[in-house]
This record gives sequence, C-alpha cells and structure tokens, in this order.
Amino acid sequence: MTLKPHELTGMTLASARDALKARKISATELTKAFVANIEAARELNAYVLETPEHALKMAKASDERLASGKAGPLEGLPLGIKDLFCTEGFRTTACSNILGNFVPTYESTVTSNLWRDGAVMLGKLNNDEFAMGSSNETSAFGTPVNPWRANGDNKLLVAGGSSGGSAAAVSADLCLGATATDTGGSIRQPAAFTGTVGIKPTYGRVSRWGVVAFASSLDQAGPIAKTVRDNAILLQSMAGHDEKDTTSVDIAVPNFEAAVNRGVKGLKIGIPREYRMEGMPAEIEKLWAQGAAWLKDAGAEIVDISLPHTKYALPAYYIVAPAEASSNLARYDGVRYGLRSPGKDIVELYENTRAAGFGKEVKRRIMIGTYVLSAGYYDAFYVRAQKVRTLIRQDFEKVYAAGVDAILTPATPSAAFGIGAMSTASPIEMYLNDVFTVTVNMAGLPGIAVPAGVDAKGLPLGLQLIGKPFDEETLFAVGQVIENAAGSFHAKKWW
Amino acid sequence: MSVDQTTVRRIARLARIAVTDSEVPHLQGELNAILGFVAQLDEVNVDGVEAMTSVTPMLMKKRQDGVTDGNNAERVLKNAPAREDGYFVVPKVIE
Repeated sequence: MTLKPHELTGMTLASARDALKARKISATELTKAFVANIEAARELNAYVLETPEHALKMAKASDERLASGKAGPLEGLPLGIKDLFCTEGFRTTACSNILGNFVPTYESTVTSNLWRDGAVMLGKLNNDEFAMGSSNETSAFGTPVNPWRANGDNKLLVAGGSSGGSAAAVSADLCLGATATDTGGSIRQPAAFTGTVGIKPTYGRVSRWGVVAFASSLDQAGPIAKTVRDNAILLQSMAGHDEKDTTSVDIAVPNFEAAVNRGVKGLKIGIPREYRMEGMPAEIEKLWAQGAAWLKDAGAEIVDISLPHTKYALPAYYIVAPAEASSNLARYDGVRYGLRSPGKDIVELYENTRAAGFGKEVKRRIMIGTYVLSAGYYDAFYVRAQKVRTLIRQDFEKVYAAGVDAILTPATPSAAFGIGAMSTASPIEMYLNDVFTVTVNMAGLPGIAVPAGVDAKGLPLGLQLIGKPFDEETLFAVGQVIENAAGSFHAKKWW
Repeated sequence: MSVDQTTVRRIARLARIAVTDSEVPHLQGELNAILGFVAQLDEVNVDGVEAMTSVTPMLMKKRQDGVTDGNNAERVLKNAPAREDGYFVVPKVIE
C-alpha cells in the first residue's frame, strides 16, 4: 500500500472505484480507514449505528470478488445508510423513539441494490425524526454537527436536514457516499449546507419499498456524495423499476455516468424570476448570477422564465405532507413493533404510546394532517392543495414545452445556521428553508444541489438545477459544468 | 380558519395522541400559525383545475390476484412488544 489512511478516505467514490478495480488498494484497507475515521469523529454525531464488523466482512467478500474478476459496479465502496432505510438485521429507527429497537426482517430495495452491486455498509446515519425537519434537530439521537464552521468561529452549525447525518458524513470523509431521502428538500438542503452534491431523482425513478414513509407522494430516495460523477454512479445502482412499489416507473435507467461530461452547449437554462425572494441575501444573488455566467460561458443559453405559482408551493406542501404523514404514521400503534406505553384499554394504549414515542415536530405535523383530512375540512384544505399542486406542475410543463432544458436556482436561502439558533423561531421560519426545493417535490421533478461557492464567513453555498421528468442526465451534465467552474469544497478538520 | 382548544383536543383524540392540559394552549398557537400560513392558498383560483392524484402520470401496473408471500409468522411477530402463542397481545377489547 502506498496511500495513507486520510488519502484513502479523501478519495472520490469514482477514484476509489478505479483504484479498487486496478487492485491498487483493497476494499479491506479502504474500509478500515473509514472505520477509524468514524471512531474519531463521534462528536459529529453523524452515525447513529456503526457496523464495523459487518463492514469488514463485506469488504473481505468484495476483495475476493475483485480478485476473481466478479466485481460489481460498486464493489468494495464503503457507504453510509440513512436510518430511514430498512436494513435486515440492523436496527432501523427513522431516529424516532417510537421505533425503539426495531430490527427489520427485510431489506429496502435501494440498499438491496447497493449490496447487489458490491457496496459495503459502514452503518446508519442520523436524520430528523421521520425525516421531518430542515436542521436534523428533531432526531431522537441528537443533532449531527456540520463539519464546516464559520471563519474564526467555534460555534457548531447544523448540517441541514432531514439528511443531516448523510451530508455530515460525506463532508467529513466518514463514507464515500450516502443514501438519503428528499420529501421537501432533505437531500439538496443538507448537501448545500456541507459543500456536497445531492440529487433528488424524478418521483418514481427509485423504489420507496422498505424506506420508512413520511409523505408517499413526495418521498424520493437519492444519493449524497462528494461530486456530480459520484452521484451519477450511486443513482445508477439505486434506481430502477421495482414490483414492490406501484409508483416506481417501469422505464429503462440510462447510463448516468456517461452523461456527466456531455457539457451544456446548446442547452437552454431557465432563470425563474419568482425565485428572487424579497430579502434574499446579496451573496445568494451573486452566486446565482455567477452560476448563470458559468453556464453561459460553457455554451448554454440563459433565458428568463416565469413559474407563477412558486409562492404557493410551500403552503400547499404544509397541507399535503402532514396529511400523508398522519396516514402513514398511523401504523405506530404500540402493538406490532416499536415502543409500547401501557393503557387501561386499547385506545389509551395507542394514545400513550404515540404521546411518549413521537417528538414535538412529528406530533405537530400528524395533528395538522389529521385536521386537514377531517370531515368538513378535506375539500377546503387537502383537495385545494392538490389542485394548487397541479398548477405548480403545469408551470414547469409550460416552461419545458417552450424549450427550456433545465432551471437554475439557489439551493437554500442562506448558509448553515447555528445549532439551536432556530429554537425560538416559529415552525414557519424553519419551513422557509425549503422554499427553493419544495416546488420540485410538489411537481415530482428531479433536482440536484451542487456546491458553487462560500459566503463571507467561509461557509458553503449551493446552486440547484431542476430538470424535466426522468431527465437526470441533463442535471448531471449541467451540474458537472458548475462543479468544474466552482471547484470542490472541503471543511477544515477540527474534530 | 383557526382552531379553539376543544378542537385541539378533538384532533389529538382523532390522531390518537394523548395531550396534557398544559400542552393544549401551546399546540393551539402552533396549529393556528400553520393554518394562518396555508391560508394563502385561498387566493389561488382553482376553478376547473383537477386535483393531482398521480405524481407521475401513468397507469398503475396490475398483476394476477394471487398469493405471493406468506407463512412468515415468526418474522412478522419478531418485533412485537408483547406476543403469545403466535399472536400480538393487546389489552382486552371486548367486555
């Protein structure tokens, strides 16, 4: 071996893959280096379950397959798994006390696909409870810490949410890539907060089977990784039709990695005027203009577009998502799995179990959802919100029909904020974090967040690209151009 | 639209979440803040607009109506908080 441990863990997923294939490094030494990094980074609270022995066993099997020429596309690559994905034999909690010590007896389709392709599981990653949050502060395991800190400041920052553990782990070299899920921005916002890349694929591209459900018409799994190419490689394995998810779409998965270097020559990139929010920080405006300039320099045509119903996406989301959550989370009843708090009869058992097991934010959303679905309110709230959703999708359809290939927006309204900084804010203020990302879920479109610069305090900022349905390839091509121009972003190690 | 404390208790009951008297005013405030926020939707003209029912417009796949899984009682019961003779155990439901 010629590489030092930090050189191993500092590799991109693509370069590690190539080094493994060329037998320059072994899966075992790579995995050992990550296990050591994870042990030394416990104060970041990125992992809620470490599985080093299992990882080394998987790595050994990978080395054998690499030696015998039977390697899969992800052979020997160590990954972290968001705790929302069911992993057979390994505790899966969605970071909620109500799932307690739930140990699935089955494996999610996404993780099955990753193991089929040779990946190695390092452990389970922190997230907001049931993925409900934008700062990962609702987790029953506490908040993961962003590896980034402002210049000259020791204050701890959030890694974003809900996939805060995934983003922190990738950013701190605690895995080569991670699985994540995105219901309103939960892949793209944490990626933007940590200088990493994350893609939410088109609704239906990736199976939801075995992923703990939050809002079924919005949830979509995707990767967070260091580069655009690494995202393309991971999505290749995660995606595909699955009979066990009726909303999974039966169309061919293209070669995503082949699209990465396509360039943007001749592409039409839309800049939606409604995303220029009042009070938007000048740095975000500047970053956005810089992004457009980079794409123009690379041969794209930049056009102003209008998505008139943008401002209604967030309020509609806060009807649709809680409504679906209240239905999905009805299953946590203290009878079949997870926590049970006794009661004198069955109803009291349900009520006590759910009062003790769910955190504040989850209870709030279940109650809103219950209210908007209750008799007499269903039409006024839920049906109206689903109509607004149709209008939001039509906004995008019109723009795409007019020849726009992808849309460029900021990923978040600010850089990462301090842990606890929002504790006295109203729920609405926290919800505003998702103002640029939530439209994409409402319309079922793909969206990617790519780091594009740092703010005045030295914290990473990201840009978002929104694509046509099932055209993740264009997002990878455009994202790569931004990555080429912006470079890569690494947190200075302090932990 | 806003909710009063009686409604908060009714919603909690429907949602099967026990709430204490001291939690009710706080929950009322938070629920009303969210309802106030979503009230913006009232200004959108949705006449003649169809409610979205399928995110990706497609026909749902169908399969033969037949048994594809089963005989997994042990796996189903594995995480049960209380079990007896191959059943989940709950407090007495019928008097």
